[in-house]
Amino acid sequence: MEDELYKENIMDHYKHPRNAGVMAGATFSRRELNASCGDELEFFVLLDEAGKVSKVSFNGQGCAISQSATSMLTEKVEGMTIDELKKLLPEDVFTMLGVPVDTTRIRCALLGFKALKGGLEVYLQK
Amino acid sequence: MFTPPPTNGVVPSVPFVYLDSAASSQTPESVLAAMDAYYRECRSNVHRGMYAVSEEATKRYEDARAKVAAFINADSDEVVFTRGTTESLNLLARSLGGLLGPGDEVLLSAMEHHANLIPWQQIAKQRGYSLKFIPLDSEGLLDMAAAEKLITPRTKIVSVIHASNALGSIVPVKELFALAKKVGATTVLDAAQSVGHILVDVRDIDCDFMAAGAHKMYGPTGIGLLYGKRQRLETLEPMLFGGDMVIEVKRDDATFTDVPWRFEAGTQNIAGAIGFGAACDFITGIGLDNIRAHERELAGYAIEQLLATGVIVHGTKNVDKRVGAISFTLPGVHVHDMATILAREGVCIRGGHHCVMPLMRDMGLPGTSRASLGMYSTKEEIDALIRAVTKAKQIFS
Repeated sequence: MEDELYKENIMDHYKHPRNAGVMAGATFSRRELNASCGDELEFFVLLDEAGKVSKVSFNGQGCAISQSATSMLTEKVEGMTIDELKKLLPEDVFTMLGVPVDTTRIRCALLGFKALKGGLEVYLQK
Repeated sequence: MFTPPPTNGVVPSVPFVYLDSAASSQTPESVLAAMDAYYRECRSNVHRGMYAVSEEATKRYEDARAKVAAFINADSDEVVFTRGTTESLNLLARSLGGLLGPGDEVLLSAMEHHANLIPWQQIAKQRGYSLKFIPLDSEGLLDMAAAEKLITPRTKIVSVIHASNALGSIVPVKELFALAKKVGATTVLDAAQSVGHILVDVRDIDCDFMAAGAHKMYGPTGIGLLYGKRQRLETLEPMLFGGDMVIEVKRDDATFTDVPWRFEAGTQNIAGAIGFGAACDFITGIGLDNIRAHERELAGYAIEQLLATGVIVHGTKNVDKRVGAISFTLPGVHVHDMATILAREGVCIRGGHHCVMPLMRDMGLPGTSRASLGMYSTKEEIDALIRAVTKAKQIFS
């Protein structure tokens, strides 16, 4: 039976995550935990003087959905301005994944997104 | 006898293979009929009305209590209806834990469900007693030698799970509680996963208290039981207060009614209780021995087939020492991904920490995939599980 959710690009990002690793000297970072399974993830962002994302990475372990969605997210936000980061919505993550995500897996798909937005919010409050 | 959902709900053509009975079981027609009959034939409150319909409702409610009591080999007035295992354990932790203090110990196992851990843990913060945990051996069975050393005169309560929802291990509670009795400790049995699967005879086990729920033994959700030896219930402090559990009420005080109604404040889940009784009839009608023999054999088949796919099966492989809750992991495949892929094939299992986070941490795992059997589970369903697991393995290879 055709399984969209585990289609090639998702499995590719899971097996070969982009921008994986801990970043020293990040402008902001944040750790998030998925309470339902214990998956955790830390998202790092480095902003340049113009306030654009010059470097991004993530570190963590988890399911194929959380890891691949976060990997894709790092590619998506590279070069974004703070304003563009602020405007990011969960819907954008689902569009990026390109497949319907089961209700029970939404938390997985948005783990990286949650870390990014959480870190951004804390940074902007400073 | 059952009319479960005909499809897996996701893809109409894919059949429904329910291997999550440890989470909740399917409900037989006879149980549904008994609950429906209450609502249609004698809908009223119990214990109060002086008219025929209320008397009929009361009779069915108390008959259900008698059935549940007989099912566990207790007397009717030793059985309290509660919302479920969790509520029963909370009541015990509050009432029994509330009598303890610094220097006292409550002994649990390393594989307790959160329902038999968190209440004791939280009350300990208020009362100052300590929690101790009996470790498991390499097979996931309770280490009885370690248990013996941990039971000392400081041990006031020994409260353990009868059958592990994560590893399936059956704890030899009769022997364990005999050790507890030697030091005068109170014994509590969490029978949530054992009732309906193996014999739970409270007189034989000789526990002071026992907690169980209906919904994992073919009964409805929202109803369970607290068993207590009569003299133990007499001295237990109620957790919930209100109507139906009082004799006389003044503005500044109240006197409480007899056991077990003392613990049933407010209107109970009447239909649920009636359904619970019907579930006991259902199991007795088929024969618990037959259910156990079937699940035992099927568990053996499932474990053997799972091992053949290359997954790791956790807990003992000895089917005499376990129930049909089977945890497995496949390195490289996250439990959520396994559950999702299986679901798409129509196979319903559970992936996660199974409300035993400390045990998962001990095992060094974020969680496991768990297939669990019910009396209706079949060999064909296990074969479907194996096909789906094999598919998951291929996707992630």
